[in-house]
Amino acid sequence: MKWFWYASPQTFFPLAGTIARWCAAAAALLTAAGLYIGFFVAPTDAQQGEVYRIIFIHVPAAWMSMFLYLVMAFWAALGLALNTRLSAMMAAALAPTGALFTFIALWTGSLWGRPTWGTYWVWDARLTSELILLFLYLGFIALRAAIDEPRRADRAAGVLALVGVVNVPIIYYSVQWWNTLHQGASVSFTRAPSMAATMLAGIILMALAFWMYSIAVSLTRLRCMIREGA
Amino acid sequence: MTRVIRCLIYRDLLVAWRRRSDVAVTLAFFVIVVSLFPLGVGPEPELLRQIAPGVIWVAALLSSMLSLGRLFEADHADGTLEQLALGAAPLGVVVSAKALAHWLVSGLPLVAIAPLLALQYDLPAGLYGVLALSLLLGTPVLSMIGAIGAALTLGLRGAGVLLALLVLPLFVPVLILGAGAVEMAAAGVGGQGQLLLLGAMLVLAAALAPWASAAALRISLE
Repeated sequence: MKWFWYASPQTFFPLAGTIARWCAAAAALLTAAGLYIGFFVAPTDAQQGEVYRIIFIHVPAAWMSMFLYLVMAFWAALGLALNTRLSAMMAAALAPTGALFTFIALWTGSLWGRPTWGTYWVWDARLTSELILLFLYLGFIALRAAIDEPRRADRAAGVLALVGVVNVPIIYYSVQWWNTLHQGASVSFTRAPSMAATMLAGIILMALAFWMYSIAVSLTRLRCMIREGA
Repeated sequence: MTRVIRCLIYRDLLVAWRRRSDVAVTLAFFVIVVSLFPLGVGPEPELLRQIAPGVIWVAALLSSMLSLGRLFEADHADGTLEQLALGAAPLGVVVSAKALAHWLVSGLPLVAIAPLLALQYDLPAGLYGVLALSLLLGTPVLSMIGAIGAALTLGLRGAGVLLALLVLPLFVPVLILGAGAVEMAAAGVGGQGQLLLLGAMLVLAAALAPWASAAALRISLE
């Protein structure tokens, strides 16, 4: 594999199109399979009833939201280190998808929380750190959008992504600690550890579907960015 | 090296002294924000005592952020920053000196005035020390992390609002630890744990943040 051959936007453009098409098809198939298992095959939860079925969207979305930030920081670091234009564009193309999954995770979480916890929002450690993650994504997107000169935008956003990725664990642990400090508001988040095999299969399938979707969408966005010459 | 730092701090303090009103405005902002909360939530002393650490810390965060825009702005406008970047001293050292000067001008006054505001909130006198100490350890971290944001947004349109979006999420751990220290002390458990962690964050920020802001500054100066 000639890695540096594909580091040029011109040569990567057609390859990105091919990959995006295949991943989009895989995403559609996996989503259909995952939702079918989630909604029709997986058994009803003994304690939560049908409400729990939102986890087939919620859990994979939450995984993707955190994972995509790492991937984005990886491309940003590569772009800063090797000064490859495509890496920085890749980071920029991933950001909206990451923000979208963060938002979906928060949204579906609050829809799940209403019938289960009796409230749309609690200042739980996970919810709070997910919200802050959304702010980090928005900051990255906003900084890129505010800088007109593309080179500077790439590199400034790259520095911000790296600063963010160093801070994410610090933020996560401090929020968790803060949450245990304020015991009063916290709601116990203990789900049955033994999950039916079909439930797990549904979650895994949906997670794979979201992976494929992320690749397809961000590569398509990358192609748009190459076309725009941004 | 120390000479460079001394010179830069002296110069920045002198500039700040000649434009005293800028410093006073930041301080007034801090006092006003803290004074607005009782008007919003009601004057019950019990409630005020409870929210005092959080309110004072949030106000400190906001007012420290408000003055960040000035950190590099004037030097960038008159070209001094480019000269400093070209100079023999590493840019990381220059940035640390400027962040330190920023803290002396905008952070230290907050530490000094915070006990007075705590008085308004009827915070027990025993907690003044913890509050001041938490601000003393925490506000330099805000200046140093803020310097990264200020360097990234240097010379952009709408830099002020953008700076808030970039920097405030990164301030979250400092807020949690700082306000937490006072709350723990108020609960009688002692806030040493939080204060030690704040100190650790200060060391970490002093070691890492200047290099990130130097990198950001180089990008902005190109």
